[in-house]
This record gives sequence, C-alpha cells and structure tokens, in this order.
Amino acid sequence: MSYYFAIIGTQDNPLFEYDFGTSKQGGDGMARFTEQARQLNQFIIHSSLDIVEEVQWTNGQMYLKLIDRFFTSYISCFLTASNIKFLLLHQPPTTTSSSSSAGLPPSSSSSALTSSSTSTLVQPSHSSSSSVLPSLSTLTGGSNASTTTLGGATRTSTSIAANPTSPQTEEAIRNFFAEVYENYVKAIMSPFYKTNMEIRSPVFRARVAAAGRKYL
Amino acid sequence: MSASKASRLGEEIWKTRIEKVNAELVVLTYGTIVAQICKDFENDYTEVNKQLDKMGYNIGLRLIEDYLAKSNTMRRCSNFRETAEMIAKVGFKIFLNVTPTITNWTSDNKQFSLVFDENPLADFVELPDDGRAQDELWFSNILCGVLRGALEMVQMQVETHFISDVLRGNDTTEMRVTLVRYIDDELPPEDD
Repeated sequence: MSYYFAIIGTQDNPLFEYDFGTSKQGGDGMARFTEQARQLNQFIIHSSLDIVEEVQWTNGQMYLKLIDRFFTSYISCFLTASNIKFLLLHQPPTTTSSSSSAGLPPSSSSSALTSSSTSTLVQPSHSSSSSVLPSLSTLTGGSNASTTTLGGATRTSTSIAANPTSPQTEEAIRNFFAEVYENYVKAIMSPFYKTNMEIRSPVFRARVAAAGRKYL
Repeated sequence: MSASKASRLGEEIWKTRIEKVNAELVVLTYGTIVAQICKDFENDYTEVNKQLDKMGYNIGLRLIEDYLAKSNTMRRCSNFRETAEMIAKVGFKIFLNVTPTITNWTSDNKQFSLVFDENPLADFVELPDDGRAQDELWFSNILCGVLRGALEMVQMQVETHFISDVLRGNDTTEMRVTLVRYIDDELPPEDD
C-alpha cells in the first residue's frame, strides 16, 4: 500500500507533499510508486480538486471521505476551516505489484513459496538423490510459510491496505487527517508562516510521518 | 529574603493579585511583532535584536513600578544574589508565570544565568529557515531589555544577553546577566 499526501492551498497551490507506504502488516513505510506514477500522482491530485469543489458544500463535514478514483488510485479529502485541502492518494497493492513489493512479509513469503515449490518440482528431475533431503526441508519450510501466507491473506483481506473503500480504511484515514490537522494548526501558528506559503517545517514533516506510521 | 520565601511570595501574588490574559494571545501578538520587525529591517537580525532589546528596555523602565507595587517589597535587596532570586521567583513568576532556574554564578557574584525550562513567548515558533535566523536572531530578546530597563530604575546597571535558545536547536534557553555597577544616587545640580 502506497500513499501520497498533499496539502493544497486556497489558490490550488501545493503547500506540502509527502509520500509513504504502509507500516501495518510489517510494511517498511516506503512508498512503492513507480517513477511514472510518482509524477502522475500530482496530476491525479490536481484533477481531484474539481471533485472537492463539487462536494465541499454538500455537507457540513470537514472530512469528505473518498471523493475520487483514478484506476487503482483512491483519493480521500479533508478540508480545513480556511479552505486548505488535505488530499491523500492511496493505492492498494495490485496482484502483480504485490510480488514485487518485497517489504510485505506475506507477499514475500508467498513468492518464496512459489520459488521453493518450483525448485522442488524441478530439482528431482535433474539432480542426484543426495540433494532431495535439503529440497525436502525447503519444501516443509515452504509449506509452513504457506500456512502463514494463508493467515496473512485472511488478515490482509480485512486490512486497510487491501480495501480502500472499507469503513475501517475510512476510519483510519479520518484519524490520520485529524492528527495531521492538529499538527498543521501548530505549524501555521508560527509567526514566520504566511498564508499559502509552502510548509517547510521539518518538525511538521516528521509529525506527518509519525501519523502515517500510526494509522496507515 | 530566602529563596523559598521569594518563591512563596511569587506564587501568592500570582494567585491573588494578577490579572490573567490568554497565553496564546500573548504568544501570537509577540510573534507577529517580531515577524513584522524582521520584515521592516529586511531580515537584518542584528538590528532586529537591537530593536527588541530597546522595546524591552522601555517596557522595563515602567514595569519595575508595577512590580514594586504588586510585590510590595519596598526594601532593597541586600546583595546581587538576592536580586537574582527576586527576578526569577517573583518577577518572572508574576508577569510570565515561569520560574527560570538561576545557575552558573561567577565567583565574584556578579554574573549569573537564567535557564528557562519553558518560554511562553516562543510557543509554536519556528525560526525562518533562511540559514541566518538560526544563528543571528534571538527571538525572545525583548526579555533582556526588560530586565536591563527594570534594574536600571533600581540603581543597577546590568548587561544582559541570551547565550542559547531552544529555537536555535540548543538544549536550553539561557540568559546571561552581568552586574556592571550600582548606580550611585547623583545629587541634583546645585541651584547656584
């Protein structure tokens, strides 16, 4: 699961951006966008601003929940009282990209399983009997991994990473936004900060990262 | 007056005789003033420090009267150590509700440090990241001026400056106060 978080000012100008990955289910907190997606994210977020303007007056809420979707990218939005927009783009791991994302233990162990199972399939055919024993041990190790993979799979199915539209995800993102909002208010209270100025504070960045680790 | 007595006195005055004002109002007002001065002097932080000190000095000249009235101590401190106690435990307590720690006395008892555990003027503040403010601006420099002005009115010429500030990334906020001399009462010029 990769996230791209942006704060957009009142003139649709970007104030802050930060991308990170999930820290749940043993994730390493690194974003796994491709180089192309990284650049595309800014455009996706920018195009979502139109949707924000459509929905922002429809209800009195600050948290607008999921507002937009672009293929596998989902965009959630939070509005502050002064019409600053917090936008979070979240991209659940696709089936093809999950094997490449080595940071997640369930997916990495599943790829380990496939590699070991193929090796056990191949090995007996063109190797001596002496090598059967270690290959058996890798097979048992692989079967152990398969049960954990199954357990992991059932857990990931309910996790926020796999279900961008589930109520749990909605709630997790709400908590994330609430914490960022609190820190955002502190950051803009600094007398040297002016409205619509880029937020350069390293303290704020660290706190956003912490909120991301905590909830997403 | 002993240290514990001074601290009790400060506590009592703070509770009974002081009108309170919202801390964030003070923080934001002071922050805005500093930011505006920085803008006016085009980020010449040495000049900004001077201006803040001057503003503080003018506040101190008046504030001492308020301090004496509220603390009701119409008695001279017997030495500079007692003065330090009164500044930290009564002065700062009643005006800012903080009690800085007094440390690092020199052996001649003429120089000490005030270490601020919390600085109510600096909440929310992050210095501009232009590469110079971190080294040149003393954000709370107004306090130096206040102390200098106030002590001058009670016949003490002092030199005050900050030597570290948590805003700059230091571990503590520390102000150095040096007694230059006691000002002798000068006789008015003769009429004849």
